[in-house]
Amino acid sequence: MAIEILMPALSPTMEEGSLTKWLVAEGDAIQSGDILAEIETDKATMEIESVDDGIMGKLLVAAGSENVAVNTVIAVLLEDGDDADAVPTATAPAQQPEPSKSDAADAPATTPEAPTSPPAFEPVVPMEVPEGTKMIETTIRDALRDAMAEEMRRDEDVFLIGEEVAQYQGAYKVSREMLEEFGSRRVIDTPITEHGFAGLAVGAAFTGLRPIVEFMTFNFAMQAIDHIINSAAKTRYMSGGQMACPIVFRGPNGAASRVGAQHSQDYAPWYGHVPGLKVVAPYDAADAKGLLKSAIRDPNPVVFLEHELMYGETFDVPDVEDWLVPIGQALVRREGTDATITAHSRMVGFSLQAAEILAQEGISVEVIDLRTIRPLDEETILASVRKTNRLVTVEESWGRMGIGAEIAAMVTEGAFDYLDAPPKRVHQVETPLAYAANLESLSMPNPERIAQAVREVCYV
Amino acid sequence: MSGSNPKSKKTPKKKKNVSNYDSAELLHYYREMLQIRRFEEKAGQLYGMGLIAGFCHLYIGQEAVVVGMQAAIGDGDQVITGYRDHGHMLTLGMEPRGVMAELTGRAGGYSKGKGGSMHMFSTEKNFYGGHGIVGAQVSLGTGLAFANTYRGNDRVSLAYFGDGAANQGQVYESFNMAKLWDLPVIYVIENNHYAMGTAIARSSSETHLHKRGASFGIPGVEVDGMDVLAVKEAADMAVAHARAGKGPIILEMKTYRYRGHSMSDPAKYRTREEVNAVRAQSDPIEQLKQTILEAGFSDETALKEIDKEIKAIVNDAADFAKDSPEPDPSELYTDVLA
Ligand SMILES: Cc1ncc(C[n+]2csc(CCOP(=O)(O)OP(=O)(O)O)c2C)c(N)n1
Ligand SMILES: [Mg+2]
Repeated sequence: MAIEILMPALSPTMEEGSLTKWLVAEGDAIQSGDILAEIETDKATMEIESVDDGIMGKLLVAAGSENVAVNTVIAVLLEDGDDADAVPTATAPAQQPEPSKSDAADAPATTPEAPTSPPAFEPVVPMEVPEGTKMIETTIRDALRDAMAEEMRRDEDVFLIGEEVAQYQGAYKVSREMLEEFGSRRVIDTPITEHGFAGLAVGAAFTGLRPIVEFMTFNFAMQAIDHIINSAAKTRYMSGGQMACPIVFRGPNGAASRVGAQHSQDYAPWYGHVPGLKVVAPYDAADAKGLLKSAIRDPNPVVFLEHELMYGETFDVPDVEDWLVPIGQALVRREGTDATITAHSRMVGFSLQAAEILAQEGISVEVIDLRTIRPLDEETILASVRKTNRLVTVEESWGRMGIGAEIAAMVTEGAFDYLDAPPKRVHQVETPLAYAANLESLSMPNPERIAQAVREVCYV
Repeated sequence: MSGSNPKSKKTPKKKKNVSNYDSAELLHYYREMLQIRRFEEKAGQLYGMGLIAGFCHLYIGQEAVVVGMQAAIGDGDQVITGYRDHGHMLTLGMEPRGVMAELTGRAGGYSKGKGGSMHMFSTEKNFYGGHGIVGAQVSLGTGLAFANTYRGNDRVSLAYFGDGAANQGQVYESFNMAKLWDLPVIYVIENNHYAMGTAIARSSSETHLHKRGASFGIPGVEVDGMDVLAVKEAADMAVAHARAGKGPIILEMKTYRYRGHSMSDPAKYRTREEVNAVRAQSDPIEQLKQTILEAGFSDETALKEIDKEIKAIVNDAADFAKDSPEPDPSELYTDVLA
C-alpha cells in the first residue's frame, strides 16, 4: 500500500511551515532513515526522515512552498507493487486523527498490567488515654528515639540513615544507643552526601523498604530537596499509582540559637506547598513520639520537622503500648473565646505563654497546635474561628507566602462572615536571621509579640 | 572546539566470531532492536501528527545498549533510567501498547496518562522509571541496589545515565556510597557524545567516562555500544561482578543518537555527514543483520518477515494509543497520596 508522508509538526504549537527543499526525487529508492526534505518554521529548520522503505512515488508539494499546513500529504512513498499513477494528487490536509473520546467502558482502558497495590495501611485513629494511665516524663529527644526504636523492632523494613546517626549517636543524640541495638545494617552512617543519600533512600523506598532519613538539620536538606519533591512526592502520581514511596525525612528545623542565617530557617511552608508530601511539626513529647510512629507507618513520604531548641524539653508521654497520634489532626491546646492562635512546633509554647499573659488582662485565647502542616486540619481551625471570630497565626518562618498566609486565606474563604477583625500574622521579620543577640531576638516571634497581635485583633 | 569523534570505527567490520552464539539468540537481539527502532520511528511520526506532545526523546541509534545489557539480567533485577526510556521498557517486556498510550497521554498508558514519555514504571517488570531530572536516577538506582543488600538477596540493579548526567554531583556521591558499601549496582553510561547540544569534549575534563570511578575504586570498562554482542559480553561480566558481591562497576557504552535530543531539537550542533557516517558504518541493527546473514543463521526473506511482524505490533500499539480514551477527569485527584 502506498504510504502518505505528512507535513510534520516540529512542536505541539506548530500549525504550518515552509517546505524549503526536497532531497529526493520521484523514482528514488528510499530507505528508512533517509532524509526526504527540509522544513522550516520561524523557530527552527528540521529534516524529515523517512520511516519506511520504498520508492518515492510522487512529490505533492513543491520545494519552496510556504504556509504548508501540518498534516498535509506532501509526498507518497510506494511499497512493492504500488502504482505511482494511482496516487491521488490532491494536497488537502489529511484528516487530523481525532483522538477518540469514547467511553471508558467501550475501549480497553485498563493499564496493560494490574498495578501492584501498595502495602496495606491502617489509618491511625486518635487514641484515648484511659483514666489513670501512667505518664512518663520524657524529653523530646528520647520520645523521638523511642518512636524509631519501637517501629524498628516492629518492622524489619524500617532503617535509619544519615550523617552521624550511628557511631556518634546522632548529632543531637536523637539516635542514642540505636546502633547498639540494631547494628550497622539498620543504623547507617553516611558520608556528607545529602543529595546522594536522600536519593538512595528514596530508591530503597520504591522497593518497599521504609527508610527514616535524618538530616543533621533541615538547612542541609536543601541539598536533597530535589529528591524529596521530584522523586519522593511525585512518583506515585506519575506512575498512575504503581509506585509507593514510604519514607520519613526528619531532623531539626527552624532557628536554633545564635547560629546565623544559613543555619536558622523554618521550612514548613516550603514542604507544606507540595502535593504528595505529608508534613508534620510536633510540639510536645507525646506528639513527637506518636506522630513519628505514625509517619514511619505511613505509606507516603512524610517530612517530619523537629526543633533543636526543644530536644531537651520534658513532657508527659502516656505509658501505653504503641502510642500513636494520627497525622492530619490539629489539637486545641487551650480553649478560649476571644481569639484563636494557630502555631506549630516551638511557637506553640510561646503561644501558650501569650495566652497566659492575656488571661491576666481578661482576654480568653484559644491556642491551636497545628501538629500537621500538610494536610492542614481545616475543620478544627474554622470551628475555632467561628467561635472566637478573631485569628492570629504564629510561625518562625517568613510571613510572605507562609503558613499564616495560607491559614488567613483559608479562614477568609471558609469563615469570612464570622471574622470581627482582619487576621494578623506573627512571624520572623523579612530578613535573613542575624547573628547578633539583639538583632536575633528582634527578628523572632516571642510571647509578648504574640500577645500584642492578639490585643490588636481584639482592638484593645 | 569541536566534539570528540564518535565515528570510532572507520574500517569495514571484521567478520564477527559467532561461535558462542546460536541463531535463536542473535535473532532475538535483532528483533528486540528492530522493535525499538520501529517503535521510536512511529512515536516520531505520531509526534509530527500532534498526537504526542511535550518532550519526547527517541532512542534510535542506541538500541544495542539496552538490548545487550538487559539480555544479561534475570528475574528480580532492577532497571532505572532517565527520560530516554522507551527502549528500556520495551526490552523489559513492557507492552508496546501501554508505552505508546502513555506517550499519547491516554488512560491505557502505563501511568494512566499521568506520567508521559519520561515517567513510566512497572512494578511487575522491576522498572523503576522514567526520571526527568538529569542524574537523579543514579542515586535512586544506587538505592535499589542498597535495598538488595539490605534484604540480603542476590539481585542487581542497572542504573543508566548519559554522558551529560555523568557531570552531576550526585553521581559521585552515589559512586562513593556504592563502593563504600559494595552495593550491587551496574552504572551504564550511555555515552552518545552529546548532552542536548553540548558535545562531550565541551563539558568534560575527562571524556573517558569509564575512568570516572577510579578514585572510588570502582572498575570501569569502555564498550562498543553499537555492537550488541560486545555489549552483551560486557554486561555478562558486569552482572557477574555485581552479583558476586564485588560491588559497583561502570560500563561506558560508546553509542550515538541519530535523532535530535528531543523531537523539537533541530540538531544544528553536528553535521549531517557525521550522523550519516555513524549510520553507514556502525548501525547496531545493520551490523547484527550482517553477522546473522554471514553466519547463515537466517536469510533476507526471513528477516523481512520479522520486520513485518514488528511493524504490525507497532501499528497495533499506535492504534491502541490513538483509540484509548483520555484519562477520566476523576483521575485528576487520584494517586497523590495512598
Ligand atoms: C537537573 C537537570 N538539568 C537540566 C535538565 C535539562 N536536560 C534534559 S536532558 C539534558 C541533557 C542530558 O544529556 P545526557 O546525560 O548526555 O543524556 P542524553 O540526552 O544524551 O541521553 C538536559 C540538560 C534536566 N532535565 N535536569
Ligand atoms: Mg548524551
